[in-house]
Amino acid sequence: MNASQIIFYLISAFVLGTALLAVTTRKIFRSAIWLLFSLVGVAGLYFWMQVEFVAAVQIIVYVGGVVVLIIFSIFLTHHSGSELPKPPLKRTIFSILAVLLGFAFSYNLIAGYGFPTTTSEKPFVVPVSAIGEQMLDTKKYGFVLPFEVVSMLLLAAMIGCIVIAMRSIPKGKSIQKPATPISANGGTFKQVVESTKTMEEKTT
Amino acid sequence: MSAIPLTHILFVTTALFFIGMYGLFTRRNLITMLMSIELILNSVNINFVAFNKYLYPDKLNGVFFSLFIITVAAAEAAVAIAIIINLYRSHRSIDVEDTTEMRF
Repeated sequence: MNASQIIFYLISAFVLGTALLAVTTRKIFRSAIWLLFSLVGVAGLYFWMQVEFVAAVQIIVYVGGVVVLIIFSIFLTHHSGSELPKPPLKRTIFSILAVLLGFAFSYNLIAGYGFPTTTSEKPFVVPVSAIGEQMLDTKKYGFVLPFEVVSMLLLAAMIGCIVIAMRSIPKGKSIQKPATPISANGGTFKQVVESTKTMEEKTT
Repeated sequence: MSAIPLTHILFVTTALFFIGMYGLFTRRNLITMLMSIELILNSVNINFVAFNKYLYPDKLNGVFFSLFIITVAAAEAAVAIAIIINLYRSHRSIDVEDTTEMRF
């Protein structure tokens, strides 16, 4: 057993342990932090597999983006220190049974498939330049069409998020926090918009 | 490096997938369910990269698949959190047992 194998098993144990803590701990903020450790461990697995670009993307997108988003939404929706309710014993038992059964079934399939135990002779090197060239290639085996489609998907998702999360102000009601001191006592939304427009004109 | 067989990596990713499934089964909070989904998507990503590395080392398709999955997962998390915050605004709760309005 050489150092690389030991590192692989250490990272795997770290990922699985923190993931298990993330789904079982009762405090939701701790759960988010354990999820963050688990995602960092997955990035470590990518580094171990020598795909540094995917590891960097994993750290940037998940650790820097998704987990921070989750933590902010926890701050917006939960009181700090409140514990999640304990799931009923019946549900826990049947979940564990279902999960163990599914795991046994899947791993039985994997073990019975007969994957090659030795890796191929060719080294697996992923230079970032190769990824970039194939990603923006318009010829055969190029990925420029999925790239454009996924960028449009991201744009649509971002606009959709803004539309969904925007606070809609009902007509005829005074807004709680006026944007300008002019409409501080009971201005309608239209007045606020107009006043902001005039303010913008003044400033420009 | 090459001494780890592929089935050990698949064991880890299968375990990660079913840990995520366990969280999805037991949790009744929308944010923690979203975190379980993130775990599941991560296990699938590791699978793609591992298959690419072990079975087709002269191609890059698994890496591209995992990159696209990461993108779609980020978009999904953003939309889900927007929906969760809007739901909390109208219902004062993000428990799935309380979100029964669209149930027929």
